[in-house]
Amino acid sequence: MKIIAKLLFVNSFNVRTFAPNLKQGILKPQRMTLNTLKRTVFTVLFLSVFSFGFAEDAKEEGEDKEFDAKSMIMHHVKDAYGMHILTLNEGKDDEKHITIPLPVILWTDNGLTTFMSSEFHHDYHGHEVVEKNGGKFVNVHEKIYQLNDGETAVKLDEEGHPTNAAMPLDFSITRNVFMMWVSVAVLILIFFSAARRYKKSEDNVPSGIASFVEPLIVFVRDEIAKPMIGEHKYKRYMPYLLTVFFFIWLNNIFGLIPILNGANLSGNIAFTMVLAVFTFIITTFSGNKNYWQHIFWMPGVPVPMKIFLMPIEIIGIFTKPISLMIRLFANITAGHIIILALMSLIFIFKSVAVAPVSVAFSLFIGIIEIVVTAIQAYIFTVLSALYFGMATEEAHH
Amino acid sequence: MTITGIAAIGAGLAAIGAGVGIGKIGGSAMEAMARQPEMHGKIQSSALILAAFVEAVALFGVVAALIV
Repeated sequence: MKIIAKLLFVNSFNVRTFAPNLKQGILKPQRMTLNTLKRTVFTVLFLSVFSFGFAEDAKEEGEDKEFDAKSMIMHHVKDAYGMHILTLNEGKDDEKHITIPLPVILWTDNGLTTFMSSEFHHDYHGHEVVEKNGGKFVNVHEKIYQLNDGETAVKLDEEGHPTNAAMPLDFSITRNVFMMWVSVAVLILIFFSAARRYKKSEDNVPSGIASFVEPLIVFVRDEIAKPMIGEHKYKRYMPYLLTVFFFIWLNNIFGLIPILNGANLSGNIAFTMVLAVFTFIITTFSGNKNYWQHIFWMPGVPVPMKIFLMPIEIIGIFTKPISLMIRLFANITAGHIIILALMSLIFIFKSVAVAPVSVAFSLFIGIIEIVVTAIQAYIFTVLSALYFGMATEEAHH
Repeated sequence: MTITGIAAIGAGLAAIGAGVGIGKIGGSAMEAMARQPEMHGKIQSSALILAAFVEAVALFGVVAALIV
């Protein structure tokens, strides 16, 4: 690690010293070849570190079972009980899972039942039966089922759904809920410390973290709220727009951090649905006479057209939040699936030679995804603001 | 051909549609920005919003293909 950091430093240092020479027109061929050599060595080193790491995994996978890309990807993208970080000695006798256990909270016939997700010992095929509070629980593909009375093991039908078990009411702190709380805590930390900075400073000049968040807040105000809602009414909606923008952005970024393994919160349709429902409620309640008139009795068109447009406009009220929901969900989930699918290529072809290609491609997609995190947060906020603007627009004629 | 195969073709067609749509938006936006560089910011933001609308329709197709 130190060597790589050193190499990186040396590399960047050389580039910097090299640039002025270029400007002056004094090219030093020896220096350039040295530079290129160093860069090549560094690149090869970097790629080989990656490919060796994956090659070992691929060999182990190939020895005992076929690699199933689809189930791996789906288990990454979906919600789960407990945060699985990595597996040591996979496929061997002393297999070890490193996880952060999270609480499972169920409401059964016998009342509240709680236990830690580690009691399943990282099993999601329904083998591990946990007995708690007079009930037997199994984890079948990250859904907890309670076995019916008298049953000792779960029976699955052809599609993998349990036939002798029922789902209790589930209020568990899953990894998505956990990551949501983490991002809420991070947001509170950032914005409270920024607010404290403003309180301390005498002339409202931003300093520290405040100088990082101020341009973003001004961006949301000047580029999103003011043009979409209008100069006079935008202030009412600023708290919501800012919250949505930063919350989505932060969660998108958390979703890209590999070690957090599936903190894919904004790729969870329930999460995006809640945000879309908020936008829907705010739009509906801030709708003025003009807005409802445009829905139920479109002004300026003949009467048959008014009747024809009414159902379309009513459907339109609902498709707007639905498209908000699906857009965020599908974009983020698709990004995760693409990165994982590219990584899976190594295991599918069972060859080290594929590793540089798929690492390079997933790096490329990863960079695009970093841009997408911001763009999707921006799009959600802009469209919410646009709908608020439509709802509050005054008739101008 | 299985139902998943047909769903995959559907998803591919949705992607083609979105590609054409976003390509047209991007092309026109670039042209407009070249003609009027002072409108750069406004054109870019409205192009992004329009691309989101086009993309949403394609994503409906992809989600439908996933559900099948």
